[in-house]
Amino acid sequence: MVVRIDSLNRKLFRDLWRIKGQALAIAAVVACGIALMISSFGTVTVLEESMNAFYDRTRFADVFASLKRAPDSLKEDIERIPGVSVAETRIIAAVNLDLPNMAEPATGQLLSLPERGTPLLNDVIILSGRYPSAQRPNEVAITDAFANAHGLTVGDSFKAIINGNKRSLEIVGLGMTAEYIYALGPGSLMPDDRRFGVMWMGRKALAAAFDLDGAFNNVTMSLQLGASEEEVIRRLDTLLEPYGGVGAYAREDQLSNFFLNNEITQLRTSGAIFPPVFLLVAAFLLNVVVSRIVATEREQIGLLKAFGYNDLEVGWIYLKLVLILVAIGLAMGMALGLWMGGGMINMYTTYYKFPLLDLGIDPGVFASAAIVSLVAGLVGGLGAVRQAVKLSPAVAMAPPVPTSYKTGALSRFFSQFTISQPTRMIFRHVTRFPVRASLTIIGVAFSVALMIMSLFFLDSVERVIAVYFFQAERQSLTVSFVEPRPATVEQEIQHLPGVIQTQPTRSVAVRLRNGHLSDRKSIIGIVPGADLNRLLDSEQKTIEPPPGGLALSKHIAKDLNLKLGDLVTVEVLQERRPVEEIKIVRLVEEYLGFQAYMHIDAVNRLMREGPTVTGIHVMVDSRYADDLYSTLKDTPGVAGIAQQTATLASFRETMDNTMNVMIGFYVALASLIAFGVAYNAARIALSERSRALASLRVLGFTREEVTYILLGELGILTLVSLPVGCVLGDSMALAMSPMLSTDLYNFPFVIENATYGWSVVVVCISAVLCGLITRRRVFGLDLVTALKTRE
Amino acid sequence: MPDGMQDGTRLTETFRAEGITKVYETGGLRVEALRGVDLTLYEGELVVLLGPSGSGKSTLLNILGGLDLPTDGQLFFKDLELTACSPHDLTIYRRDHVGFVFQFYNLIPSLTARENVALVTEIAEDPMAADEALEMVGLEHRLDHFPSQLSGGEQQRVAIARAIAKRPDVLLCDEPTGALDSKTGVVVLEALDRANRELGTTTALITHNAGIKDMSERVIRFADGQIISVDENPHKKAPEELTW
Repeated sequence: MVVRIDSLNRKLFRDLWRIKGQALAIAAVVACGIALMISSFGTVTVLEESMNAFYDRTRFADVFASLKRAPDSLKEDIERIPGVSVAETRIIAAVNLDLPNMAEPATGQLLSLPERGTPLLNDVIILSGRYPSAQRPNEVAITDAFANAHGLTVGDSFKAIINGNKRSLEIVGLGMTAEYIYALGPGSLMPDDRRFGVMWMGRKALAAAFDLDGAFNNVTMSLQLGASEEEVIRRLDTLLEPYGGVGAYAREDQLSNFFLNNEITQLRTSGAIFPPVFLLVAAFLLNVVVSRIVATEREQIGLLKAFGYNDLEVGWIYLKLVLILVAIGLAMGMALGLWMGGGMINMYTTYYKFPLLDLGIDPGVFASAAIVSLVAGLVGGLGAVRQAVKLSPAVAMAPPVPTSYKTGALSRFFSQFTISQPTRMIFRHVTRFPVRASLTIIGVAFSVALMIMSLFFLDSVERVIAVYFFQAERQSLTVSFVEPRPATVEQEIQHLPGVIQTQPTRSVAVRLRNGHLSDRKSIIGIVPGADLNRLLDSEQKTIEPPPGGLALSKHIAKDLNLKLGDLVTVEVLQERRPVEEIKIVRLVEEYLGFQAYMHIDAVNRLMREGPTVTGIHVMVDSRYADDLYSTLKDTPGVAGIAQQTATLASFRETMDNTMNVMIGFYVALASLIAFGVAYNAARIALSERSRALASLRVLGFTREEVTYILLGELGILTLVSLPVGCVLGDSMALAMSPMLSTDLYNFPFVIENATYGWSVVVVCISAVLCGLITRRRVFGLDLVTALKTRE
Repeated sequence: MPDGMQDGTRLTETFRAEGITKVYETGGLRVEALRGVDLTLYEGELVVLLGPSGSGKSTLLNILGGLDLPTDGQLFFKDLELTACSPHDLTIYRRDHVGFVFQFYNLIPSLTARENVALVTEIAEDPMAADEALEMVGLEHRLDHFPSQLSGGEQQRVAIARAIAKRPDVLLCDEPTGALDSKTGVVVLEALDRANRELGTTTALITHNAGIKDMSERVIRFADGQIISVDENPHKKAPEELTW
């Protein structure tokens, strides 16, 4: 079959070919927006679907509760709570591990497996080996991640201090679980597979080790469809209260699930913020380029209309141009988006310990990408197409009069100075087309702003680190105890090797309630004059713990709709479970892990206890750190040791793995926008002025002098756009910082000078690059034809 | 009278062209624009190049002006062999010695009349003042007007002022009156004639218009890339006497 292309279409394709550089730049910017949209939404979908699939497969529980000790017979009462579908009791215990390749102790979380069969809830997916046998007390299965971090495998063994006795455990299986996708050790903020491992043991063996024969200290349950979670939790709490229950919680508050969902929310937010900015810039570029094409082709348009083509037919040619550019961008964006999404999924696969699905082609996401880019194209292109439609044939056929210039105020201002004619040309041209100049400025400014907005993440995280790790939490490590201890334990710790300074802390699990709003948090007791773990105000000045009343994280106050001076109901979830109304006497700004704080004595009074601690912050002389670790390893009652340096290292590693990849993408895309805008501006300037420039060459101007006239304008516009971009980036980052905050992090609004600097440098490099490309065109100007043709 | 002798005095050569050919090859198509042109132009003379479109006169003018290089042959501007010059040398040659006047004026729309002239005087070695050049073409009252505020004839006179302001050795004009009506054309030609007389600039003027030939000292006719005749014009007329 012979494909007949009519002349108008042929013209369209030739036009496209002629402007291929600019067309590619526009398509690339469209592609960036689409790629971001597809990759972030696609990744969100994959994460959510994989998470749900894994939850389903492992029968992840709906409600979780820990308690001191309850007889097995209580299980029947729990099962009778209306709405409960399956309830399963188990034993959970924290143990210190003694690993040959680590000086410092690591913490293990031991979970019991039922005596017969596999767990009804929170099943372990065994990746290699088998479930530990109920008959053999030294057999365990451990998480794949922990095994990898230590080079352990099935058949290896390691030592653990179980209830004061050092025992050798043999690894019989490697597995993974929905409960610890995000595996956080006690007191840790970030998963650290070296220092925290989850392991499973037969119930009988675990019960024997912890004197829990015929008893349990943890229960999980799944609910029937439509059951009220809140009601089940309330009844369960009542049931467990006499047995030392510390408050049941729903899946949404389950630590791993909570972190995972936070991550997904953040990804969704950034996926919603960035693409519109790109598409806006693409729309703007389309408008500039198509307008310019229409302007240069006015005679052709007039001719077509004189031949009898109607307005719609003429408009359709240019509309098709817009649509083709958008379609190319869309196709490129889809491919790029799938690639980027694949990269992100890979990154999450190494980071999260659960099987991720592949990034599929989600028709919904693709369809919305298509619609969004089409809208951007129409927004940008329709104005220009309308110019073509409106042009009357007679007007179009008449030669355009020379562009009229005036000596404006700016010109008069500059006339005070001796200024060369080429420089004057640059200024006149900029001021003659203020709209176009401003659009170019805005376009380039957007790329500066995008760059700032992307790098702002890093500044913000650095601020979080600086405040959290170096001003608020200055201890080397925190020893936490299995049970609250008398405050005198501090003296014991002080006498351990390498200990320079100590500070007691008392943490109590509570439910904070304001009317129907409630939040499960901890109240941290702080001693006055604290030097290691300090409470800071928003200017990072140390605050003394309030003698009476509660200092509350602003974030929690907002969630619970509380303000300074309000009373908040504090329901303690452990020991005697007192309930008290406490006044909020201070709001504190926190960036990481939001809590409530009280004077340590006030916490003890609240708990109706004498001086008691749950942990000791320690400043360690690093020379003796290993001695201290080995002593602590063998100390019974120590639940875990959280090392600040390790936490910081894993915090940074996490950020490097997740955030920096994203930021890398954003920075690359922002540079591309800068390039796209600058390149289009330069090419349009060149096409409009090639005749003038050729004339100047004929008059004896050198290539460099002529290039100066052309690129001087681009230079000025870029220079002007830099401060504009900085201000725009500032406000975009300011607007974004609360949007990115989750229940876990606050992203403070901080932009370092280096961020402005880098953004400006990268954009300038882009501008210089496209200047160099354009310069080659100026060098190739055909002097002879430029003289013959009229504009 | 032998070539180069006038009133018995030996004239100084401005250009000497020997065997100039110019071949354009585009997409397999071979066009011989000039086929062995020999020509000498003398200092201070005003010559008119006549001929139909495509006869090669513009090509020759471009080569004389250092815009283009011939495919073959030698061209000297005084002692400088233009055919041996690099593109950069040609730029300097144009800057220092050549004034151009084009059919479509080629003024810079963003600069006023005075600034358009200053554009050239700023890079020239011994220019006249921009105002002076504009006065020579009778535009002393339009100094601060932009091209869009000037008529076609006025724009062309600004172009002439721009061309002569650097006191060029040669003035090359390609259809300077081609876009103008006859009355305006005369005013433009008067400006050119005055520059030629007062500055002694060697002037070559391309035209379709045979009526203009009477203001020249020599008329060079082109056809098919060759010079077919060179005629002396002993009775040079002033532009206002021309009719077409």
